[in-house]
Amino acid sequence: MQAVGGVRSLNLDSSRPLLLATGESLSPLTIAFESYGALNSAHSNAVLVCHGLHGDQFVASPNPVTGRPPWWPRIVGPGRPIDTNRLFVLCANMLGGSMGTTGPASLAPDGQPYGLRFPMIGVGDIVRAQALLLEALGIDNLFLVIGAGMGGMQALNWASAFPKRVFACASVASAARQPAQNIAFAELGRQAIMADPDWRNGGYLAHGVRPSRGAALVRAAARLSGQSPDQVRATFKSGLAQERLSLAPDSREDRSDPNSHLYLSRAMDAFDLAADFGGALANAFQGDQTRHAVFAFSSDWRFPPEESRIIARALMAAGAEASFLEIKSEAGHDAYLGEEPAFESALTGFIDAAASARGLGLHGESHLA
Amino acid sequence: MQDAPPPRADQRAIAVLVSEAAKVLEIGCGEGALLHLLARERGARARGIEPDRAKAHACVARGLPVVQSELESALADFPTGAFDFVVFSHTLQGLRDPHWALREARRVGGRVIVSIANAAHWRARLRLAFTGRMLAGAHGAIAHPWSIRDFAALARAARLNIERATPLSRGNPGAPFAKSMLRANWFGEEAVFLLAP
Repeated sequence: MQAVGGVRSLNLDSSRPLLLATGESLSPLTIAFESYGALNSAHSNAVLVCHGLHGDQFVASPNPVTGRPPWWPRIVGPGRPIDTNRLFVLCANMLGGSMGTTGPASLAPDGQPYGLRFPMIGVGDIVRAQALLLEALGIDNLFLVIGAGMGGMQALNWASAFPKRVFACASVASAARQPAQNIAFAELGRQAIMADPDWRNGGYLAHGVRPSRGAALVRAAARLSGQSPDQVRATFKSGLAQERLSLAPDSREDRSDPNSHLYLSRAMDAFDLAADFGGALANAFQGDQTRHAVFAFSSDWRFPPEESRIIARALMAAGAEASFLEIKSEAGHDAYLGEEPAFESALTGFIDAAASARGLGLHGESHLA
Repeated sequence: MQDAPPPRADQRAIAVLVSEAAKVLEIGCGEGALLHLLARERGARARGIEPDRAKAHACVARGLPVVQSELESALADFPTGAFDFVVFSHTLQGLRDPHWALREARRVGGRVIVSIANAAHWRARLRLAFTGRMLAGAHGAIAHPWSIRDFAALARAARLNIERATPLSRGNPGAPFAKSMLRANWFGEEAVFLLAP
């Protein structure tokens, strides 16, 4: 374990490289992660939170590099739905990310940054890297895996790839395959990065520059598409759009590696869980003993409720135990980050019932080792 | 976890019919009173479908596995033989096509449990005779008013046999009936049927 600038990471055993879906392998591999709460003696209370495309591992504590506050403080923390008084919560920076985990900005074995030499990765590879981290930490199975957006894709991939190692799975405002409008948005974002003169064909790190304008456009698009239709209209009606979506790089946020965005957004675009199962999503969950919860928000147009309904229907068809709710919200896709009492109470009910089925203490009771 | 609302009389009668640790699907589970009862008293693995957002939310917030969905489309999604029992607690009469739903339930669950309001109860007959009205708004929306004998005929048409049937009057179960329905058809306000292929 090492900690650089407040970012904790683990160098994984280089004798076991990560085998990617493309057939290539990646080594050495470093995974940066944060943890909250304590692992119990039975190792039965581990929760993996999967972050989204623009997220990081700082789910419940401030990011020491960017200074950004924790991104899911309403959901993860003491007395919150994912209660760190009784659960051990892990959140790892995604493979290909730029907050300490091996990605395009990392040094390749030749001592130079990978840049565009970094191999193509998929959501399945990101999940396998997380599995390697858990093995290194001595955690055989997860009480819960949860994520929103691209994080939800990872959670579903976990339940499908490792059904015996996942007790409960919650996908929030997500999809079993990347919705078409997200592919279109993502391609425009990638074009914005690549059109930036400072991108230098992906080799900007060697030139000491950064395609900041392209990266800022990506951020602006993410902010915009996280809003509800009404919010988007209001943003542009007021004439303040220029200020609200300013292209000036935000020094606090703008620390991510633009090449990393190219890789991760492509991984997200390629995600299609059913494709590995003959096109029938239900087959991805066949014989699955995992308890599932699927949550969608009514005003989310990036991951419309219909995408979550497809997941719920596949789970029903697979005979898996599933809950599905479409939460009424005016806050668009980013509702999952905000104050949504109905979402929080439903998630709490799902997690508490799973915890009692697993023999874990309820809120307030301490079963920690 | 919050407690579920208290079960109705027909739901208590249904719980008696469900075998221990059975896999149960309830079509139209409301706020989860029956699901909760089945899980607690029968150790059943009970799941529900509920179209109403607020009711489905109440279920999930109580830790019950419930999918918010239209009932007909959800029933069609489940694979054959996925459950031991499919239950309609005063919900079959509100569906667009109860005959289709019964056949689907047989496919998905084998055994089917249905509770209905009896439109031929003596009070209902008097109401019809003297006021000219059929419904007294008993249990939510009744798109298909049936007598006990009407429903028995519908079940037979769906190739389901009546294994057990219990009339309920003022919340109390009467003597089970299977062959002769004459008495139950006059004096049962509602009835619970256990059907099997």
